[in-house]
Amino acid sequence: MKKIMSVALCLAMVLSIALLSAGCGSSQPTISVYNWGEYIDMDVLKQFEEETGIRVKYDTFGSNEEMYTKIKSGGGKYDVLIPSDYMIERLIQNDMLHELNYDNIPNAKYIMEKFRDSAFDPGNKHSIPYMWGTVGILYNKTMVNGEIDSWSALFDEQYAKKILMYDSARDSLMVGLRQNGYDINSRDEQELAEATQTLIDQKPLVLAYVMDEVKDKMIQGEAALALVYSGYVIDAIEENSDLAYCLPKEGSNVWMDSMVIPATSENPELAEKFIDFMCRPDIALKNIEYVAYSTPNQGTYDLFDDSMKNNPVAYPSDEELARCTFFHDLGDYNEKYDEAWLKVKTSN
Amino acid sequence: MKFKTRFFAYPYLIWMVIFTLAPIALIVYYAFTDKSGAFTLANLTSALDPAYMGVLWRSVGLAFLCTVICLVLAYPAAYILSRRKNGGVLSVLFMLPMWMNFLLRTYSWMTLLENTGLINTLLQAMGLSTVTFLYNANAVLLGMVYNYLPFMILPILTALQKIDHSYIEAAQDLGASPARVFLKVILPMSVPGIISGVTMVFMPAVTTFVISRLLGGSHFMLFGDLIEQQFLTSGNWNLGSMMSLFMMAIMLVSMAIMNRFGGDTEGRGLI
Repeated sequence: MKKIMSVALCLAMVLSIALLSAGCGSSQPTISVYNWGEYIDMDVLKQFEEETGIRVKYDTFGSNEEMYTKIKSGGGKYDVLIPSDYMIERLIQNDMLHELNYDNIPNAKYIMEKFRDSAFDPGNKHSIPYMWGTVGILYNKTMVNGEIDSWSALFDEQYAKKILMYDSARDSLMVGLRQNGYDINSRDEQELAEATQTLIDQKPLVLAYVMDEVKDKMIQGEAALALVYSGYVIDAIEENSDLAYCLPKEGSNVWMDSMVIPATSENPELAEKFIDFMCRPDIALKNIEYVAYSTPNQGTYDLFDDSMKNNPVAYPSDEELARCTFFHDLGDYNEKYDEAWLKVKTSN
Repeated sequence: MKFKTRFFAYPYLIWMVIFTLAPIALIVYYAFTDKSGAFTLANLTSALDPAYMGVLWRSVGLAFLCTVICLVLAYPAAYILSRRKNGGVLSVLFMLPMWMNFLLRTYSWMTLLENTGLINTLLQAMGLSTVTFLYNANAVLLGMVYNYLPFMILPILTALQKIDHSYIEAAQDLGASPARVFLKVILPMSVPGIISGVTMVFMPAVTTFVISRLLGGSHFMLFGDLIEQQFLTSGNWNLGSMMSLFMMAIMLVSMAIMNRFGGDTEGRGLI
């Protein structure tokens, strides 16, 4: 039985390798796209294939770091990546990105003026904004007292064991730093130590450190307050009208996921064609309706109805936005953040 | 005939080289080099950091507890199953949940045990106060015991079923009480099953990850989570590899202990 099994397994392996290599042999032009999971309307890819005859191979990642590790180790050749701001900064610093030829991306004209000169990519030479959002507090109006407007709510003892935090070094330390009034990109050891201590002190109040589960848990009413990316919020409020979102007055993190072409791409023109397609207002509209983050595309924004245009969750006022900062790549200092977060996670 | 058996071993050999030996060699290489690929012992010193060691001991302790609980639960279950004519069918019932994906099974525990989960909703409906089941070490332990219990039951059941009934009859004929028959004949002869059961539970238990995240609310890390984090988030494959080596060392030691233990008692059982 074992022998039969091992022979069968070997056969399966050989067969799958044969199939894989056969798949690569087709002559149809193909590009591969590497994006966050659940971050595109899959119909858009089909439409692109139909309109251009270019095949799209589509892969997803769960975190910027995972994406970076894969690209850096040479695993998988991609033509288009859609990582976040600070990761794009790191990719640029390591010369891992192709400089875009805007002549091939006429639809880039739809990108809003205020997003055309990003802090992480001056002049946007390498990146075209895809979607953006903020980080704030999602709370259940029936489970809190009064209005929530500050990070302090996440440290308030009356909400003990009703708070959800992110199991992510930068997002959680961002709150710790902000709570102490420091820059969210701080490279000061003393400031980081204080932020770490703040989070350690907060630990007994935290119900759980979560990732994507946060949305379901908040909809169910499992917790009163949660640190969330704004993209979850519109969906969550639709499912449970007791929920509300606050962009804390102390300021927060604003992030931008952008489309870039890795330097190793063999088809930068096709990749640019794909990016151009993604910038077309009707296509970007499809994606934003599917994903429910915020669009940087003026053409798409103009297609919205008024209630969406004025949605304070997705489109905070410029004044509110001015209080928010992008993450920057910390370079070697990343390790310090990881260590600090580990200290929080391993403390008792 | 000889040629034939050798021939059948080749695929297995190739399999072992590609999927067992090569990865281990890579882990050793990464563990003793730095990011530029030069030899270093720095990973060893960073892995010995008290915070990491604390996580390691917690994992080992939790895995030990899990193994003990599994054994205590599994032995009587296996014993009862082995006594019954339809034991085979019943043991399939223990296997059945394993046909489902492990993550899915753990997620369903989450749905059951959440503060707003099925059990608490039921408690509330009965006018009782709710209980926080999740987000602590006990929930993680529960998830581990639930997931690994079949690995304990099956080997013990097989060992018990293999016992030649005439030994038991002989003991009874010689006037041994049921308790004595169990202690002197059945238990010693099932030790090989216990050994493989303990090994099959302890090994995956000590490397557990994800369960601590889903059921424990990530409040405390296990060593498996730590290794995962080194590879996926921190991008420090070298330190992650060193930690994996630690894990392997623990496994080797525990296997050596189990083997010695197993050899002895098996001999005694036959006398």
